[in-house]
Amino acid sequence: MAYRWDFAPILDNWQALAAGIAGTLRLFLVCLVLGLGFGLLVALMRIARQRPLRWLAIGFIEFFRNTPVLVQILWFYFALPMLVSVEISPFMAAILGISLNSAAYSAEINRGGIQSIEPGQWEAARSIGMSGFQTLRRIVLPQALRRVLPALTNRGIEIFKMTTLASVVAYVELLHQGKLVASLNFNPLEVYTVVGALFFLILYPLVRATYALERRLARSD
Amino acid sequence: MAGPVLSLKGLGKRFGASPVFSGVDLDVASGDRIAIIGASGSGKSTLLRCINFLERPDEGRVILGGEPVGEARQRGGGTEMRYDERALNRLRQRVGMVFQQFNLFPHMTVIANVMEGLVTVKRIARDEARPKALAELARVGLADKAEAYPAHLSGGQKQRVAIARALAMEPEILLFDEPTSALDPALVGEVLNTIQSLAEDGRTMLLVTHEIGFAYHMATRVIFLAEGGIYEQGTPDEVLKAPRRPLTQAFIAGHRRFNF
Amino acid sequence: MYSWNFAPVLANSDLLLAGLWNTLALTFVALAGGLPVGLALALARLSGTRSLSVPAGIVIEVFRTTPPLVQLFWFYFGLPIVLNVEMTPYLAAALTFTIQSGAFFAEIFRAGIVSVDKGQREAARAIGMSSTQTMARIVLPQAVKRMFPAMMERSIELMKTTTLVATVSYADLLYQANELAQKTFRPLEVFTAAALIYFVTISLFSALGALVERRMAASGEMAAR
Repeated sequence: MAYRWDFAPILDNWQALAAGIAGTLRLFLVCLVLGLGFGLLVALMRIARQRPLRWLAIGFIEFFRNTPVLVQILWFYFALPMLVSVEISPFMAAILGISLNSAAYSAEINRGGIQSIEPGQWEAARSIGMSGFQTLRRIVLPQALRRVLPALTNRGIEIFKMTTLASVVAYVELLHQGKLVASLNFNPLEVYTVVGALFFLILYPLVRATYALERRLARSD
Repeated sequence: MAGPVLSLKGLGKRFGASPVFSGVDLDVASGDRIAIIGASGSGKSTLLRCINFLERPDEGRVILGGEPVGEARQRGGGTEMRYDERALNRLRQRVGMVFQQFNLFPHMTVIANVMEGLVTVKRIARDEARPKALAELARVGLADKAEAYPAHLSGGQKQRVAIARALAMEPEILLFDEPTSALDPALVGEVLNTIQSLAEDGRTMLLVTHEIGFAYHMATRVIFLAEGGIYEQGTPDEVLKAPRRPLTQAFIAGHRRFNF
Repeated sequence: MYSWNFAPVLANSDLLLAGLWNTLALTFVALAGGLPVGLALALARLSGTRSLSVPAGIVIEVFRTTPPLVQLFWFYFGLPIVLNVEMTPYLAAALTFTIQSGAFFAEIFRAGIVSVDKGQREAARAIGMSSTQTMARIVLPQAVKRMFPAMMERSIELMKTTTLVATVSYADLLYQANELAQKTFRPLEVFTAAALIYFVTISLFSALGALVERRMAASGEMAAR
């Protein structure tokens, strides 16, 4: 016998799911700003002339890229409080794990972008008397960021997907709320279908926008 | 006398709405060497590529060794051609092609490039295909490069390997699509010499070229393409030395720097 | 000041190693499944036949765009209801990660295939090779070399993504660590040890991939390009 889909209980629980979406968006925005911002900082450290700064950046990038983000979140949630004796909320743990992980990835993206700028650009800027920092800020970074924009948007999409991992430490986001609704109504098929569809509806326009960005950049270069 | 090796009957090709050429009729007898010349954009390469169906002609027929390629079907008042994939693969074994950009397979050695068609298409055993491929390489003077990869060859050597790759299939006709246009001027000579030696062997070939001087010496017939079709044709002396029609005259006048 | 004590972790290292083994096993199963699935999806998407390219495109986009944890829950909790079958954590995970990595591999394959010069295809067709022969002998071998770094990166992403199975109680390294942390009341040491094991394993695979990449770059045909 074919299964009869019933979406009515989900509609009845729309407020729970809406609260979940709000939680997802909140976590996403914080992690996006922190992750990309910190990523730029780490990238600059990574190409700094001072060796300790470079090593610090390399260590950070390698460690956070080569461990799973879920392990990082759980470490911050369960392990870190042992060390610092402060309360770590699920929200905090998720922010720490996702932001630092994303910072490591976007640092590598930014570094690639900065290093892709021809040395002639540096030389031209220095030859009109600009300082190293001025050259970076006014000449190199604007060009580099333009080039890596599609990769950074992609990172943003990954961050959005990663927010679901916060459900593991019981942070109230869309998937967590879905689990709740599913366990109350015994309808996991409908709930997870709807949750998946919601993520797709939110993210797919961003995916298309990234494709369009990539094409436009490929044409102009 | 035997019939033509290759006939084109009313061949036409469009890109979108704009026709490249239409109504091209051509008979190629065994041993013919036909040079196809014309301004860029006149459809020379497209015509050549329609012969081995790298481009599908939109109208007309290709007849190889007396057998028409593809099947004509009545459809909605017009005739539509249907081409069976396998039939086209068989046709391509009998018609060799040499490209402007060589298109050697970079992941295979020179000898593997020449053996590829023998082994995968003709299903000849490797130990049989190898001496045959070596012989073709020797013919173009590159037997010593058999184990090299294409990336380590000069442009002229690459093109000679490409010729050996085409020859290995023992084609009835060879198509050359501007074989020297991508070469440094200093390397043109070795490729033209190779083509010349094939001409002396009596091979049937069609050559799209900008080398008017070479066309004059090598070809038995010259075709000038313009205004979407064969504009003028005849012996090299007729077309290249004493063109009768205005566009041909203008084209040849532009190439006066060549010595015949 | 917290006093570290790794003794309970060391005493139970067999648990963690069993978890690592399961992590590796799941990764390789998903990889072995994901590569052919990815190739099939890429070929379908590039086929030019709408009845193939549209469904392939939908599978690729949906699995690349939705969170893997949602996919896993759907396969573990939802799919058994549709199919009316038992679902084990392992089966659900293998299925999810095979299709999911297949979707990502498909885009890598597609990009690799279209990056091969059109002249290569024409030259192969011109000596009478069929389209299948052309793909298998001329296009794919060249594409795969170019795709290798992206493939390697994706495989390592896959290994990291397998940690999600801990949430459906498959005994991978993370799940074992979580169990051990609760048993020993030593979450700091246990999760630190787990993170280090992941770090070492993944770094090893990365280094191995980089080595193969360099070897390939040094081999004959790529050198003079």
